[in-house]
Amino acid sequence: MLERIRSDFWYELLNSPVTIISAVIIVLMIIGCTFAPVFAPHTPFDPATISIMDNNMPPAWQDGADPRFLLGTDLQGRDVLSAMLYGGRISLLVGIGAVALSVVIGMTVGLLAGYFGGMTDAVLMRVAEIQFAFPPILIALLFNGILKASLPADVFAQAAVPIMILAIGLAGWVQFARIVRASAMVQRGQDYVTACHAIGLPTATIILRHITPNILGPVLVLAMLQIAVAIVTEATLSFLGLGTPLTEPSLGALIQIGSQYLFSGIWWVVIFPGIMLLVMVVAFNLVADWVRDYLNPRLR
Amino acid sequence: MTEILCRTKDLKITFPHRLGDFTAVHGFDMEVRRGEIVGLIGESGAGKSTIGNAIMGLLSHPGKVSGGRIDLEGENLIDLSDAAMARLRGRRIGMIFQDPMTSLNPLMTVGDQLAESIALLRDLPMSEARKMAADRLDGVGIPDAASRMGQYPHEFSGGMRQRVVIALAMAGDPDLLIADEPTTALDVSVQKQVLDLIRSICVERSLGVILVTHDMGVIAETADRVYVMRHGKLVETGPTAQVIHTPTEQYTQDLIAAIPSIERREDRFRNPAQKTGEIDQWLLQGHKDESSGDYVTASALTKDFATRKKSFWGKAGTFRAVDIPGLSIKRGEVLGLVGESGSGKSTLGRMMTGLVLPTSGNVRYDDHGPLADVRSRARRKALRRDVQVVFQDPYSSLNGRMRVDHILAEPIRFHGLAARSDIPRLVGALLERVGLPAAAGRKFPHQFSGGQRQRICIARALSVRPRFLLCDEPTSALDVSIQADMLALLMELRRSLGLTMLFVSHDLAVVRQVSDRVAVMKQGKIVECREAEALYDSPENDYTRMLLATAPRATGH
Repeated sequence: MLERIRSDFWYELLNSPVTIISAVIIVLMIIGCTFAPVFAPHTPFDPATISIMDNNMPPAWQDGADPRFLLGTDLQGRDVLSAMLYGGRISLLVGIGAVALSVVIGMTVGLLAGYFGGMTDAVLMRVAEIQFAFPPILIALLFNGILKASLPADVFAQAAVPIMILAIGLAGWVQFARIVRASAMVQRGQDYVTACHAIGLPTATIILRHITPNILGPVLVLAMLQIAVAIVTEATLSFLGLGTPLTEPSLGALIQIGSQYLFSGIWWVVIFPGIMLLVMVVAFNLVADWVRDYLNPRLR
Repeated sequence: MTEILCRTKDLKITFPHRLGDFTAVHGFDMEVRRGEIVGLIGESGAGKSTIGNAIMGLLSHPGKVSGGRIDLEGENLIDLSDAAMARLRGRRIGMIFQDPMTSLNPLMTVGDQLAESIALLRDLPMSEARKMAADRLDGVGIPDAASRMGQYPHEFSGGMRQRVVIALAMAGDPDLLIADEPTTALDVSVQKQVLDLIRSICVERSLGVILVTHDMGVIAETADRVYVMRHGKLVETGPTAQVIHTPTEQYTQDLIAAIPSIERREDRFRNPAQKTGEIDQWLLQGHKDESSGDYVTASALTKDFATRKKSFWGKAGTFRAVDIPGLSIKRGEVLGLVGESGSGKSTLGRMMTGLVLPTSGNVRYDDHGPLADVRSRARRKALRRDVQVVFQDPYSSLNGRMRVDHILAEPIRFHGLAARSDIPRLVGALLERVGLPAAAGRKFPHQFSGGQRQRICIARALSVRPRFLLCDEPTSALDVSIQADMLALLMELRRSLGLTMLFVSHDLAVVRQVSDRVAVMKQGKIVECREAEALYDSPENDYTRMLLATAPRATGH
């Protein structure tokens, strides 16, 4: 029977070519970006390896291109493809890290609120609602801005990635808290939880060992959707100049850099990172959609 | 003999699946005449509802009729287009569903729903349809029908709602009525009235009725002829009395034998053969010689639930679900607790086990003292080890994400009842004790049938070596043949282990088989509590008498 479930998984997956393509893209991007130093043809941010003579090269298939630079180079002669891989690494790290933080906070709050109900629920969920009233990007801006103002510039530049994770993660936990609370309330009413009470198990054991595994499905779906949202939030902050430093640009920062030269005909510096961001976000969304349908037996 | 209204011939229904097609019905022949009720009975998965749905043309996706024919007065319904089939529904064939809660639209008044159907099916203007709707509601026995037209479904009781559903099914004056478990969601006292209504409609309008049910009692009281099904095949057919009293097929005989009788106590449940395993010694270990006397006593027990506020500023009211002066259960006794839905029997049961705290009054255990004093962690742990529960729904009472051996090992480990290295062996022995193979521990709950899951629930309850077991409708979700096995298992365990039990059920026949004493509950109060045999043979309370009189009897009236 366990084999049946596994084969159901593969059957459903193989019947959805869009999902397969999306999943392959995500896997390739994660591998390519994680091992950027291995795969990237150049080290884009090492001044020793770049030459200003190579600047503004168009992509390899255009006239006047240099075959060393597949997607062209920017104003300083950095290889766009390599910059994208290094930038994508930061985007993915921030996206996944921020969602992991949101999941931890959101699940804790949601489980406590949903399981205990009453006063605990009222207080925790009012806090969540107050935060929900502010757009997440504003909250991320706020966290980021406070830290930027209070930390010395070199420390901030060093810690840019953890700070982004913190800012975006703190901005995004409310949705997790809500979905976990609703599921926990349903599970709490099930007989197997009453049976745990009858055995005398402590509350912490009931919540962690019995309820949590039963609510992971919707959390997984939301997490995949939120990774895409977090990546976009990071890109937005970086585009606004509040995110990663220019010496270590994420995809958003690359787009920001490139956008300045868009009208001088150097389109490749902005278009390629933009396409990568778009493809990454769409792929995460499509896989999340499929997982949601897969986990919902009524749609099968 | 009147001519045949509806006939299925060699009907075959298939649900295609990538791992091989599943044939739900293989070659089924049935005839329905005007003015007769035909019963279609079988256990879950027999394909009985599938046949009803196929006649309606409402097979759930991806099911399809893969052979044979369904004739309605000579016209083969299988050849009809979807549009033609849609015209037949309501006009020629009406349907009554199981759950009156979900088969009515909660946002439309009952009058509007009925008038809309009548206007649509008979091409009448709304004003005339409304007049007719009021007549129809009156016709199905809804008192004060004209004024209740403007009410919403939630303002009707379950039985009244099912009458509305019947009126809806009759809106287009169909020739054939399919009733799919029409009384399964209803209390016994209401069930009889609804069945009588279906019976009288059938006779007055000379309809053909197909009554789909799992309940032999319903068939015995209502149907003229019966078709017994199993695994999608016809097992036996004939006039109802003949099939019930002189069944020719082994399956039918077993099915009828499995039904517990409300008329008498049967030895097979009362005095089961005693089995003892090595595990029994472990299960009895650590229990000192027990005194006779009461195991648990409730005194002046009440439970209030908050009701909805009447207005935004209003105060929430309370609803008294349980209000009893006292109740006690002797050591080693089985106390049956019966009552209709909403009588407070489950709440009382849970208060007796300390899972729900009373609003006032106290529950006292002989071994642990008053529940109110059980505050420290150690004392609570000791109480929880002695008092266990078996629930009604075998699907929601097991954690679907845990393997069965983990489900059983957790309580043993938590209460420190065995050395860690002994636990796997004990888990296997527990599973075997409840009639499952020891290897079942390697699987997940969803890989078992309802009856097997209920056995796992019993094993889990036993895993802490309890002395007192609350059984909250433990067999209500199971097929009769499995119910009989489950009752036998519970009674055998009780005998071997000397368990004290509180057996909560709405089914009077089941309670008679297992109980030493029986308490009857109505609206939170105990109306009668006596020795089981005396209570069943000569009930003193009017309510008890009414319950006993209306309970459907499978064998003889």
